[in-house]
Amino acid sequence: MDATLAASRTPQPRRDIAAALGRRRKRTDAMVRAFCIAATLIGLFFLASILLTLIGRGLAAAGLNVFTQVTRPPGSEGGLLNAIVGSLIQTALGALIGTPIGLLAGTYLAEYAQGSRLGEVVRFVSDVLLAAPSILIGLFVYQLLVVPFGGFSGWAGCVALAIIVIPIVIRTTEDMLRLLPNTLREAVIGLGAPKWKMVTLVLWRAARSGIITGALLAVARIAGETAPLLFTSLGNLNWSVALSQPMASLPVTMFNYAGSAFEDWVDLAWTGALLITFGVLGLNILARTVLHRGR
Amino acid sequence: MVKAMAKRRDADDSAVPLEGRSIGGLRAASADLPAKAARMSIRNLDFFYGDNQALRSINLDLPDRQVTGMIGPSGCGKSTLLRVLNRLYSLYPGQRATGEALLDGQNILDADVDTNELRSKVGMVFQKPTPFPMSIRDNIAFGVRLHEKLSKAEMDERVEWALSRAAIWGEVKDRLDASALGLSGGQQQRLCIARTIAVRPEVVLLDEPTSALDPSSTAKIEELIDELKRDFTIAIVTHNMQQAARCADQVAFFFLGELIEVAPAGELFTAPKHPKTQEYVTGRFG
Repeated sequence: MDATLAASRTPQPRRDIAAALGRRRKRTDAMVRAFCIAATLIGLFFLASILLTLIGRGLAAAGLNVFTQVTRPPGSEGGLLNAIVGSLIQTALGALIGTPIGLLAGTYLAEYAQGSRLGEVVRFVSDVLLAAPSILIGLFVYQLLVVPFGGFSGWAGCVALAIIVIPIVIRTTEDMLRLLPNTLREAVIGLGAPKWKMVTLVLWRAARSGIITGALLAVARIAGETAPLLFTSLGNLNWSVALSQPMASLPVTMFNYAGSAFEDWVDLAWTGALLITFGVLGLNILARTVLHRGR
Repeated sequence: MVKAMAKRRDADDSAVPLEGRSIGGLRAASADLPAKAARMSIRNLDFFYGDNQALRSINLDLPDRQVTGMIGPSGCGKSTLLRVLNRLYSLYPGQRATGEALLDGQNILDADVDTNELRSKVGMVFQKPTPFPMSIRDNIAFGVRLHEKLSKAEMDERVEWALSRAAIWGEVKDRLDASALGLSGGQQQRLCIARTIAVRPEVVLLDEPTSALDPSSTAKIEELIDELKRDFTIAIVTHNMQQAARCADQVAFFFLGELIEVAPAGELFTAPKHPKTQEYVTGRFG
């Protein structure tokens, strides 16, 4: 009897409890918001501090000689020209070797592998490679190219960088192609096109901005790599653009100079760091612009 | 501005009273429907998605240069049938068809059929517009280049012909080199129709071509279908029974993978023979 009565009675709202709960919600909200903002500020503080230190110390030693002179012994007005050119050559060649391989392998995974065993193995290996410490890649190429050919060389550096590029481009290419709707594929095939024309003439074009972005991010990544170059192109104190010889690069020069006892070398290391940072920053901004325009 | 509004109203006017008008028109048409030869004949067609049978023993003729409407509730197999007719299903392992679908006397389901050549004869337009990421001109030329070698002048002519036939030439003739992705949805769908007919197929398959479009674009495409059947044999899948009544010469009603009834459009909607058809066209299910 009582039970039915209680059930039939409409429960009265308890305004006081609702108000207390509301106050608690607001307090929690304010706290969570404060934590988030604090965490963001801490992150930004370190980023700004790094950039400011880089700019301050990097610009202090920066003169025209950085771009006109090669690395010289301490105290003799050396620059970074050979390291800059070496980095440009190795980064460009690494990207040129790695990007087509990555593009084709990513296309295989997205368009041809469809649940095949080989596809799964390739994807797994590529993902492992993506996460592999870059020093391992350096050691691998050391065994593969440096030891058998009897010396460090620019080529070995390019290959090591290419190996880093490949899994990055595979992943972005596969992801970008998978984003395309199946109806687009069917529309191309429905016109009587063979599959290779569907891929090369339509799908690559449709995914173009994403694929280019992936390649640019890969370039940004290898531009600052040091470990894979230590065991491969080694570095070179003199002007050398011969790929069969050891080749200088900005990261390796920085690595050597920053730990040295000579003040002018340390200053040059800072300038090199500044150059790499702004190069990578520029590439990232370019990648974002490309992606944005594609959308 | 005023002109644009007037134009808009025209389109709306033609869209609104279509129901009454077209049924009358169709009756007249179906009365003197000449007995045309079948361009495509489907015989005892079964279709399977893996172990799942999606079509059962379909027998249907697509009469030459007429519009065949295909209606039925979702999942009844009508879109599947279209995908059989240009072998699009063979892209996917696990999907298979048995029986016959004859085009000019040849069974297109035969293993040795060149599917690329078949697809140049049996074109398809999809539910959502699928413009390729290239210029308007290249969209049209893309399909043509797959099957023919034309000089630049011939190609220009073909592009103009296809775009005119798809009733979009006037809107795009000054920006043929602009990206096709910048067109509106209705324009993109007409571009896709132009791209399909540019290959000069014999049969054009339309899979719910207006379901993603607004009423005035829909009206344009329906007018276009009426115009296109002078040259092409057309099969259109639609969820919209008024659309089937407006566009189609004969209508086929599918239910659970079976072809329940096929009849001239006026007949099927006003005097269906099968009780299931009756229930569906009067809106009791689906």
